[in-house]
Amino acid sequence: MGFKGTLRPGLVQLRVLDFDATLNFYENILGLNKVCETKDGRICLKGYDEFDHHSVTLRKTDKAGLDFVAFKAADADTVEEIKDKVVKFGYKVDEVPANSDQPGFGKRYGWTICTGHRFEVYSEVEPAEQQPMLHNPDIWTKPPRGMRAQRMDHFLLYGPNIMEAERFCQEVFGMYVPEVCNLPDGNRLATWITSSNKPHDLAFVEYPEPGKLHHLGFYLQDWADVGNAADWIALNRLKLDIGPTRHAITRGLSIYFWEPSGNRIETYAGGYTAYPDHPQRVWDADQVGRGLFYYSGELIPSFLEVVT
Amino acid sequence: MGTFLVTVEDARVTFPCKEDEFVMGAMLHAGKGPVRYGCCGGGCGICKMRVVSGDYEVVKPMSRAHISEAQEADGLVLTCCVKPRGDLTLGRWP
Repeated sequence: MGFKGTLRPGLVQLRVLDFDATLNFYENILGLNKVCETKDGRICLKGYDEFDHHSVTLRKTDKAGLDFVAFKAADADTVEEIKDKVVKFGYKVDEVPANSDQPGFGKRYGWTICTGHRFEVYSEVEPAEQQPMLHNPDIWTKPPRGMRAQRMDHFLLYGPNIMEAERFCQEVFGMYVPEVCNLPDGNRLATWITSSNKPHDLAFVEYPEPGKLHHLGFYLQDWADVGNAADWIALNRLKLDIGPTRHAITRGLSIYFWEPSGNRIETYAGGYTAYPDHPQRVWDADQVGRGLFYYSGELIPSFLEVVT
Repeated sequence: MGTFLVTVEDARVTFPCKEDEFVMGAMLHAGKGPVRYGCCGGGCGICKMRVVSGDYEVVKPMSRAHISEAQEADGLVLTCCVKPRGDLTLGRWP
């Protein structure tokens, strides 16, 4: 029921094709700060308003998409408790040693869930060198660049059997489910899941192919910054998917586009404040167009079909 | 700067494509052809087509999740990653 297990998604590793163009996007257009390069040539990045070592790792390879997502828990005891619950739930767990593939990160446990995505959990991570100010803090020390992304916020994953994935997040991570979308037969088409006051830390859409990334979401300050993001999309000839628009689901203010390797990015602001005791919002599948794109009320084909 | 003609075989449409323009972009710009959307980054595979004839250059990496080396050698492309070097005839995939 919120903050009982995981705190938030804290790290993702993305597969990218055109490394230079894609790194330029994350650093100079989205506005993340480059933290370090690993020995095998991956690049670690963070949002200017994030405290931990890094939150996004880019790996150059020949297929776009997502390598894994990692969730931060409050302490080492919680990590061990979660590991035991994962095993009990029925997934095989492996251990990633401290300071191995991800500089600055302590020990992580990882496993693959039913949707084909690799999940990990950790608690220990070194503080970033560049952090938000703490003593009589200003809002930033260096002016945020480009789209002014503050932090990594959430991701939407496509894969099979999302009802099991939803149950996993509740039973193992202690998350709750502020909003769902059901098919006429009562099965889930989509689910929005969180461990905190954010309307979603992650979401799933039912999809036959496993392990797919629909989008990675970054948090912006407000509606004006969503418009600013739209300007940067146009200036840099990035491919727009949809927006600026409003979601009725989560109530977020949003724009979707693709980075140069074809991974969909959402820059997002607002959203309602979720609480674990609030009743769940339920959408019928035939209304999901209005749920996703409140102004037009129409679903667009790319939203259900384009994934990496 | 050359402009070439791209024809989609069974859709019976033809549209112009400049030599510095991606085939997918030209198709979207013309409002013709079978592909209407996609990531335009070589990642999602939606714009996969077969080049039946004509010269082209693959100028951006195409995800191996969608175009294997054998398929690439066989003229299958993600149209968002290729630019024309002459008139092209495309066929749908699959």
